[in-house]
Amino acid sequence: MGVPSAGQLHHSLDDAPVRVVSARPTLSTRLKNLWSRRELLQQLIFSDIRIKYKSSTLGLLWSMIAPAFTLGVYYLVFSVFLRNGIPNFVIYLFSGLVVWNMFQNSINTATGVIVDRAALVKKVSFPREILALSNVGAAVVYFAIQLAVLVIFVAAVGHVPAWRFLWILPISFLALYFFTSALAIVMSAVNVYLRDMKHLMEVLLQLWFWLTPVVYSYEHSIAPHLSRHGLSLIYFLNPITLIVVTFQRVFYVNTVVTSTVAPFSRLDILPTWSFTKFLDLNLGLLGITLVLFIVAEAIFGRLEGNFESEL
Amino acid sequence: MASVIDVEDVSKQFKIHHERHQSLKERLLHPHSGSTEVFNALSRVSFTVSQGETVGIVGQNGSGKSTLLKCICGVLKPTSGEIRLRGSLAALLELGAGFQTELSGRDNVYLYGAMLGFSRRMVDAIFEDIVAFSEIEQFIDTQVKFYSSGMYVRLAFAVAVNVNPDILVVDEVLAVGDERFQAKCLDRIRRFKEEGRTILFVTHNADQVRALCDRAVVLDRGDMIADGPTQDSLRIFREHLLVDAVEHDAAHLLGTITIDSVTTPEGTFEIQSGSSLHLDVVVSAKTAYSGNFVLELFARNGTLVSRSDIQASPVNLVPGRNRIGIDMAQVPLLDGLYDLNVGVLDQRGHTVIAWSEKAASIQVASNGRAGGIVELGASIRQE
Repeated sequence: MGVPSAGQLHHSLDDAPVRVVSARPTLSTRLKNLWSRRELLQQLIFSDIRIKYKSSTLGLLWSMIAPAFTLGVYYLVFSVFLRNGIPNFVIYLFSGLVVWNMFQNSINTATGVIVDRAALVKKVSFPREILALSNVGAAVVYFAIQLAVLVIFVAAVGHVPAWRFLWILPISFLALYFFTSALAIVMSAVNVYLRDMKHLMEVLLQLWFWLTPVVYSYEHSIAPHLSRHGLSLIYFLNPITLIVVTFQRVFYVNTVVTSTVAPFSRLDILPTWSFTKFLDLNLGLLGITLVLFIVAEAIFGRLEGNFESEL
Repeated sequence: MASVIDVEDVSKQFKIHHERHQSLKERLLHPHSGSTEVFNALSRVSFTVSQGETVGIVGQNGSGKSTLLKCICGVLKPTSGEIRLRGSLAALLELGAGFQTELSGRDNVYLYGAMLGFSRRMVDAIFEDIVAFSEIEQFIDTQVKFYSSGMYVRLAFAVAVNVNPDILVVDEVLAVGDERFQAKCLDRIRRFKEEGRTILFVTHNADQVRALCDRAVVLDRGDMIADGPTQDSLRIFREHLLVDAVEHDAAHLLGTITIDSVTTPEGTFEIQSGSSLHLDVVVSAKTAYSGNFVLELFARNGTLVSRSDIQASPVNLVPGRNRIGIDMAQVPLLDGLYDLNVGVLDQRGHTVIAWSEKAASIQVASNGRAGGIVELGASIRQE
């Protein structure tokens, strides 16, 4: 549709598409609507980022400084003081942290977003879940920056990634994106009704972090205990785990290493799954997260109807 | 012409919480405490707007007109019924609500444009027009939080009208800015109308509706009580207001005073420009009442030609028929048809006690070539 110049007689709308405002739009209408407003999403993401770093001197650099600091602290604690014996521990840690940071950033910011922007929600018409998705989008931008730093770091220390597994990363990332978006969308709506959700999520995310093998190795610390009881699957109910492990497999590469603390002792770090198994698991997860995303949209649609009397 | 707005059987209910428990603790401790009342803001409203129409939505505060508008804009979802829209829509309601105060005016123009559903490229094309219209060129790169409220609203208005939407929704925002900017806004809305765009105009100001709208929808406490040509709808609106006013302030006066007829001695309302006019008004009263008589004259395009001073013409009505005479020594109107409203107000001029909308239509004929509505009687000579 073009923009008619002033004074020009207006074009006929006989053939224009019809938009329907009704009590409960169907799921497909919602998804179509969401897709048609992707440009708004893009603008919201960039305004989010711009606002966040608007009056700081270092600006976007902060999105790297803070994770670098966390990385440094964990490295000191686990590699230097606790001496877990994992060689090249920084790379192991870094590849898991980029994934976790993206997830945590998104959920922490998105949970409160509808309440924080109540003024906008009550006055301007757009698919409300775009607000939560814009927070996820901003986190994706930071993720991309951190990933770039990780790649540069890996190249700089002369570490060779598992090229063969590289092709799984996009699938793994999409699964991460859809899972994070699904949770962000649902939490942003639930928080409208239960304002404690924002604080509760902050606490839960800390627990969740330790349930994910970012600073320790799943194969080394958890797997032996779980497999003894046949409970390995339970650990992988946390979708972030598979994604983190995939990223570690790509960037850290080694499944079995020799301990730096006790020479000659073997450490199992990562699952020794084949490429096909990694691929299948990630594809399966992507499928599940896509379903979760659609379910989240449906839940949001239900909860959205009463926003105006709660905000 | 296609219908661009189709409101079908739309109802909207609000749940009003009397005791709000929003924290988890309170919800767990008092799962059922706090009563919820259901408030019907709109009940089964239906109407259709065709392309190019300018429709007014009139109603008092609390009549549901803003709720209806928000439903049409998609900010609220109706509880039942549906609204079908064709073409792009921009709403001038709660101007500037989409602004991010931390961002510059420039960034906000693009963001607000995106919220209205316009792409970056489309906003690029009209960016200069927007800035020029808003008259804040030198502050466009300043953060919006430093803007005065006037600048804020001007920028928002500029975006909304310059994206050239197919449907423009205006909600009592014409009270913004100084008088000159208001006139500019009204001009812009008129141009919209001339371009054949559809305008939905919400107000409780009957004069603005008369001036702009072809048609008006009247809402009262969520019910649609009229939908028709502006004049007819406004008559219903006025009469309804009247019933309301009487209910609130002087219930005992309800229906006690009515305006029976407005006539001329000649029996015709056709006059020559500049001639005199005498009107006889018959008012019947059931009880004695002292109030003020008021007279309004409108041109057919909705322009208010004259309203008499609402406190200057006291009348003492006695039970039975009262005759009131109106004398106009010289009617300085030009060619055209003019509608006359007459009414009785209370002594302070606040409450309408009796009203007759469009009590008569006066046909004025002039033999000159002057244009407009008023004969100034100017004599022009070269000196």
